[in-house]
Amino acid sequence: MQMDRSEWLLLAGGLLIALGGFLLPSWMVSIATSAFATALVVQGVVLLIRAGLVSFGQGLFFGIGGYAAGMSNRFLGVTEVFGMLALGLVVAVALAMVLGLLVSRYREIFFAMLTLAFSMIAYGVLVKSRALGSTDGFGIDTWHILGWTPPDGYGQLSLFLLTVTIGSIVAVLLHRYRRSALGLACEAIRENEVRVEYMGISQRLVLYINYVIAAAVGALGGSLHALAIGHVDPGMTYWTTSGEFVFIALLAGSGHVAAPFIAAVLFALVRTYAVELIPNAWQMGLGITLLLIILFLPGGIWSLFTRLRRATS
Amino acid sequence: MLTAWAILADGLIYASWLFLIAAGLTVIYGVMRILNLAHGAFYALGAYTAATAIGWYYGGSGDTHMLVSYLLLGGCALVAGALLGAAVERGVLRIMYGRDEILMLIVTFALLLILDDAMKLIWGTQSYLPYQPYAEMGRMNFDGLSVAYYDVTLIAISLLVGLGLWYWLERTHTGKILRSIIHDREVSAAMGVNVKRMFTITFMIGAGLGAAAGGLTAPAISVAPGLGAEVIVVAFAVVVSGGLGSIGGAAIGAIAVGLARAASVHLAPELELFVIYAVMATVLIFRPHGLFGQATARKI
Repeated sequence: MQMDRSEWLLLAGGLLIALGGFLLPSWMVSIATSAFATALVVQGVVLLIRAGLVSFGQGLFFGIGGYAAGMSNRFLGVTEVFGMLALGLVVAVALAMVLGLLVSRYREIFFAMLTLAFSMIAYGVLVKSRALGSTDGFGIDTWHILGWTPPDGYGQLSLFLLTVTIGSIVAVLLHRYRRSALGLACEAIRENEVRVEYMGISQRLVLYINYVIAAAVGALGGSLHALAIGHVDPGMTYWTTSGEFVFIALLAGSGHVAAPFIAAVLFALVRTYAVELIPNAWQMGLGITLLLIILFLPGGIWSLFTRLRRATS
Repeated sequence: MLTAWAILADGLIYASWLFLIAAGLTVIYGVMRILNLAHGAFYALGAYTAATAIGWYYGGSGDTHMLVSYLLLGGCALVAGALLGAAVERGVLRIMYGRDEILMLIVTFALLLILDDAMKLIWGTQSYLPYQPYAEMGRMNFDGLSVAYYDVTLIAISLLVGLGLWYWLERTHTGKILRSIIHDREVSAAMGVNVKRMFTITFMIGAGLGAAAGGLTAPAISVAPGLGAEVIVVAFAVVVSGGLGSIGGAAIGAIAVGLARAASVHLAPELELFVIYAVMATVLIFRPHGLFGQATARKI
């Protein structure tokens, strides 16, 4: 397997971050874990945006990943983390393969609204199911990684290392996907899908595969997030959660696979402080930032790097 | 049999409430091609304004009258919504015109976040219960089926709003201009229509309607933060299944969703939320642009 410079850099970055986890205070490790898990979901949103589709319902797969991990743990007695992750992945991919048949026919706001409707259906079902704790959700507490149970006080750190490992692998895979013929076809579809059809590419098939991949990373992120905070609740599938993912995706921009990770960490840090300082006005700050990004930084934070590089060279 | 009548009554009441919210949303989309997520914030603003106005009206020692309280609810909310609508259109949306529809959706999402917090700062996080008008009007009895007069009036108001909008769009001069913009924005501009001014007017009316809907619902609910986010997705379900930009579509969508929800509340309460979106998803599967929507040609 030939690796290019970007891929080596991604892996090296993952390793550095993993080492950093040993130095950081535990509250920061916990924030970083859920931020990286969120970043995985955002990767999916970015994939869709690259194809010109904005999903206001990626929370569906986020929630499914979380609940599949939680339910297998609570009702089936699965305590192996990889088992929980795999189950979430399988359920989400299966669902996306069915829903994808439908949503790949829609564009623009209809895609946004349909994805939103599906995630709200899931929300409606979860809120009303008593066995799953209704609006409160339920906790996930006992788990181990490949049969190894982390000693007391190291649970958070081991989850962090797991998330960073999975995140780096997914990042490399997504980097390859984005540069493959399939991934590039997505960008072409955003520009002009009729011409893509002229070239003999089935845009529906491309969008379908893209949607399923986005769902898969969404579910992975959801499971890891649920493990990191040790809890799932129906809010994961509420539409404002999906809105948050869209926010981070726009903040990141679709320029590079590393951008969602940076944006998600930035978002988590700002939120942690803002909720403390201005609990009733931090969403306002979020909204204003979003408007500013749309106006002045349409390429997201990654375009700052590329601008800088262009300025120096 | 009583259940069937109860479903019909509840369904129509819920449908009239849905229509009030959806009407503003669909007018704005029809003319401006903006799917306005911030509509929920206008709804919440209307509810808060009405709650304050009612609190002030019933807080005084003077006599109270139902008609005055009704006017206060709708009127204050309408004015507040229209003013905020003008400010938002002039201040934010105007800079953003010409961008993708989907980007405008995100812009209005940002507006929703901003306005929601602004309302939290003004009205605090506690909930308001302006129940007085609802209680004052009393209930009537149909063979064992008890219906609040307030809700019946709501149906009447919603019918009036629907007819008024229809008249405005189909029978007045301004309506004719608006329809020309709906049909082709650029050609209308070339013919000397002041498109920007019409946008402001449309957005004010749409926002005002959303706020009035909030104001009129306030006595029946508890007004608290998060109201806008809850309402907007239901309104979307109505508008999208009816066909975006169509008043008739919004009415049919509201009735379909209203009856479906009422049926589920009476027969299978655990499916309540599910049913609303299931209606929308079903419609979209068979009619991708909604019941009354028009398909557009793909660009080459």
